[in-house]
Amino acid sequence: MASKPLTLYEKIWADHVVERRDDGTCLIYIDRHLVHEVTSPQAFAGLRAAGRPVRRPDLTLAVPDHNLPTTARVDAQGHALPIADPASAGQLSALRANVAEFHVPYIDALDARQGIVHVVGPEQGFTLPGTTLVCGDSHTSAHGALGALAFGIGTSEVEHVLATQTLLLAPSKTMEVRVDGALGFGVSPKDVVLAIIGKIGAAGGTGHVIEFTGEVIRAMSLEGRLTVSNMSIEGGARSGLIAPDETTFAYLKGRPMAPQGADWDKAVAYWKTLPTDAGATYDAVVRLSASDIAPSLTWGTSPEDVVQITGAVPDPDSFADPSKREAARRSLDYMGLAAGTAMQDIGIEHVFIGSCTNSRIEDLRAAAAVVEGRHIADRIRQALVVPGSGLVKRQAEAEGLDRIFLEAGFEWREPGCSMCLAMNPDKVPSGERCASTSNRNFVGRQGPGARTHLVSPAMAAAAAVTGRLTDVRDLMTGGGHWG
Amino acid sequence: MEPVRQVEGRAYPWGAKNIDTDIIIPAHWLKTTTREGMGKGAFETVRAQPGNIFDDTRYAGAPVLIAGENFGCGSSREHAAWALGDLGIRAVIAPSFSDIFSGNAFKNGIVTVVLPQEAVDRLVEVAKTDEITVDLETMTVTTPFQDRFAFELDPFRRQCLLEGLDEIGMTLARDTAISKYESAVVDARPWIAVGGGNEGTVLEGAGRT
Ligand code: SF4
Repeated sequence: MASKPLTLYEKIWADHVVERRDDGTCLIYIDRHLVHEVTSPQAFAGLRAAGRPVRRPDLTLAVPDHNLPTTARVDAQGHALPIADPASAGQLSALRANVAEFHVPYIDALDARQGIVHVVGPEQGFTLPGTTLVCGDSHTSAHGALGALAFGIGTSEVEHVLATQTLLLAPSKTMEVRVDGALGFGVSPKDVVLAIIGKIGAAGGTGHVIEFTGEVIRAMSLEGRLTVSNMSIEGGARSGLIAPDETTFAYLKGRPMAPQGADWDKAVAYWKTLPTDAGATYDAVVRLSASDIAPSLTWGTSPEDVVQITGAVPDPDSFADPSKREAARRSLDYMGLAAGTAMQDIGIEHVFIGSCTNSRIEDLRAAAAVVEGRHIADRIRQALVVPGSGLVKRQAEAEGLDRIFLEAGFEWREPGCSMCLAMNPDKVPSGERCASTSNRNFVGRQGPGARTHLVSPAMAAAAAVTGRLTDVRDLMTGGGHWG
Repeated sequence: MEPVRQVEGRAYPWGAKNIDTDIIIPAHWLKTTTREGMGKGAFETVRAQPGNIFDDTRYAGAPVLIAGENFGCGSSREHAAWALGDLGIRAVIAPSFSDIFSGNAFKNGIVTVVLPQEAVDRLVEVAKTDEITVDLETMTVTTPFQDRFAFELDPFRRQCLLEGLDEIGMTLARDTAISKYESAVVDARPWIAVGGGNEGTVLEGAGRT
């Protein structure tokens, strides 16, 4: 008897059900748990208070990222430098004490493998197709790029996973987001995901697990896919899956925590069974055509406020929905923008190239290709490049990208979340404007009063050299890096 | 967790849409290792504006918050739920919630009530002058004016809220099933046990080179 065709999500779900309850909720086994310093201390405290151990430390990996300053971490003699903010230092030392007490594998701030959890997981081969992966961080959706059912959880759930290696979950609805065609000149994965969020809206994926499909996704590198899945949460979806394929296997092979030898062959054979079956259906389907996607950016304070770089700041009155009109008015007020202003006429003072969305080696290469032989504009107060991990940093240095950025006037920093979230010393001052490769343009996200425009790495680089939001295609020559 | 049967009292008649967790509690309040005291940072950017709803004495200490769609979107920080709890909020009413936020709220005994936009609009009006009651046993929101809005609640969550159950303790009671699942995985997907790399990942690993 032929079995019912299933989606990728349904297959992963089915393989992780420990128990199904009468009401349809399931106790789901969690294969991988990433831990960082901000959302874990209360969870470890909960375990301690109840006298409970971590059930599977071997399936857990801890790494600090959010709080760490991105300035030098060691002095000339190689001694660790102290962290100025006592609260940050407290969370970092709490993590160190907790992983020691509960025997959790840990990558320290001074380790070359340290980085943003969502960069480290795939890079180490900790993230694998067909696994369930959680972390106390909403951008855990990124790991869906490898075909893992990955989602962010709160601290109580972190504690629940630490204690039981499971979560009690209700099945999600499924949404296919299909992007067919071929991307045009100068259009990056960031532009693709911004276009998707612009189309479905910030709440469009609520209650759904997205699966990204279509020619554009298939042709994308694993790093580009990580950018797309990363921002699923900005479209309201807790997870954004991409079916594993040869690109995924080639990326994972030989990574330190990936399966090896006979296990590798078995794993690949299993992973090949995961893609959605022909004839399987989704609860919702959204289609985009690559030819409609151009370099894009946000104008407001919600990630759904997307416009193409050749466009203008919208008129709040142009929105049919009265509450959206009101929200747009508030956004423009906060952003200090007038309706109708051409996006390319907007000057900026800060540039941030980094975050778990765009801090991998390809992102840095794309930005460096624009910057090479140019200098940041006079009006730029600060331009930061923050590699997503120590290994990305090393690789970039081996390729000479650090020199390109430094000669152009950028700062070259140590890995961490940096200016993505105003939790460490990297912030945008109130009233100033930043072209940022991060994922959230919320009010105050990059610092109280900071004004954020979300862009791709190449667009951030272009804005840095001109001092205003810029169509990167105007700075790109036909050859070389751009193929 | 304390059992919750009913939340009754004044309500902040806010109605704002897409309220993200960075608005509920900005990141710089997250540098803590305890759950307490978050209320001080709750809605900091909103409260910086004169005439804001949270500093309006009419609603001081209100146990209910009425908001617009997609409440609690953005970061997964449970600190948002702790901040609301610390402010004294026990129920939030909105047309929709982010999935992560409603899970976090529930785990902290805060009821997230989904009602259609028209009902929310009506409650925003009522809340300007009168009290609102959220009842978990009857699964209704009522006002002194005969309004009665029925809502749905996941049966498991409802039971946990009504009885104040410890979810981790309940799951640990399923230990045999979890162990059985784990043994089956050893055969079916042996690579799930992390390869050599993870065991070698210890405190103070190789220094940066
Ligand atoms: S880089 Fe930004 S979005 Fe990513 S984990 Fe860090 S704070 Fe969160």
